[in-house]
Amino acid sequence: MRNIFLFIRRYFNFLLFLFLQILSIYFIVSYGKFHEAVYSETANQFTGKINKRYSNIQYYFNLKHTNDSLIKANEMLLNQLREDYGVPDSTEFEKIQSIMTDSAVAANRYHFLSGRIIANAVNTPNNFMVMEGGSEIGLEKGMGVIEARGGVAGIITETSKDYSVVMSLLHKDSRISGKILKTGETGTVTWDGKEPNILYMSGISKSVKVAKGDSIITSGFSTTFPKGLLIGTIEGAYNVENTNFIKIKIKTHTNFYNIQYGYVLLNKDAAVINQMLKDAYKQMQ
Amino acid sequence: MPILFKSIFRFALFILFQVFVLDNVRLHELATPYLYFLFILWLPFNMNRTMLMIVAFIVGMTLDSFRHHPGFHAAACVLIAYIRPFLINLLIPQEGAETNYQEPSMQSMGGILPYMIYAGILAFIHNAWLFLLEAWQFEDAWYFFSKTFLTTTISLVLILITELIFPRKQKFRTNTI
Repeated sequence: MRNIFLFIRRYFNFLLFLFLQILSIYFIVSYGKFHEAVYSETANQFTGKINKRYSNIQYYFNLKHTNDSLIKANEMLLNQLREDYGVPDSTEFEKIQSIMTDSAVAANRYHFLSGRIIANAVNTPNNFMVMEGGSEIGLEKGMGVIEARGGVAGIITETSKDYSVVMSLLHKDSRISGKILKTGETGTVTWDGKEPNILYMSGISKSVKVAKGDSIITSGFSTTFPKGLLIGTIEGAYNVENTNFIKIKIKTHTNFYNIQYGYVLLNKDAAVINQMLKDAYKQMQ
Repeated sequence: MPILFKSIFRFALFILFQVFVLDNVRLHELATPYLYFLFILWLPFNMNRTMLMIVAFIVGMTLDSFRHHPGFHAAACVLIAYIRPFLINLLIPQEGAETNYQEPSMQSMGGILPYMIYAGILAFIHNAWLFLLEAWQFEDAWYFFSKTFLTTTISLVLILITELIFPRKQKFRTNTI
């Protein structure tokens, strides 16, 4: 017993070093669980306040740009007014932004909440954004965020009272289901952690014909994003060696360098659908 | 207690500068400069290793709170805090310099070269460990090495500039060599 204590005392620094390293790596690996339980609420409130101070200053210098982007967004929305469409062949015609076109219908499943992005990063392999508005106005983990021009921006991963943390599409763990607008093939859209605004889509068979400039939209297979939101356009396609798949390079519709405002999508049916899924999984077990 | 207040002031300054200035910079689509770990390089000589590591862990976690994914910088900071005393023992020129001066600087390390070696090695270790953890793989070795070398070079240039802009005048404390 004495020897154990002697050993600990002798190598205390090394053991502390190992302990701190393992603790840090545990934080990295188990992102979400421990972090959320212990300190994310306080930390997010604190960093959110500092970020907001800074953002208030920066915001002033970006007013011109913000104004331009809002005008563009407005123009896009005006172009999508229902009465402006002719007689669409509604069985095959898949509109980009389908939700916005039927916003007049009472059955609209999605509701938008706007918020200012007060902190944003593109430079690391794990980028997050911080948005104003948190659990107090009803934002929850797992909700989707789009930017003013309708491009997908990310998914909320944490909320505190006044701020929410959004996992940007430019995050190595971000995975969203995408679809090629023309052919209807679905695949997973990820980021490789290197170049901002460039995403990759995998799981597309070699037989699919893709062209540069084709749109990639959300598939609508989850409760996070409705079908038809623009993710980006195709930049190129590569063969994946030894498989029957191609990898598609996508240029994002959202410009992550200067994102100013975000819109959170509140899915009215999300609770019901997720409950049903949960029940289904339970029955399987 | 002035050293404590000085350290807290430095801590806040380094973190804020890193978060709001340097994190917005991206050179050649590859490297983001890192400077905040200079805080750990500047901690006093007479701090024992346990304290060094705990302080480094706090520094890392603070920066991680701004990045919303804890662990990366904390791990890198603890590593350089652990290695720091070894390096100082290797590089310090004469016996007793660590009792004559308060903290590592060009003056106390005996010239620009030992100090830059000290800063360079720690910057390299910090960046390499950080990028390795961030990538969580070793597939693209070329990308990893070029990123680490570029970032380390930029860090060294920034450290040199910081040293020149904010010269730290240190009193020679004892005469007992």
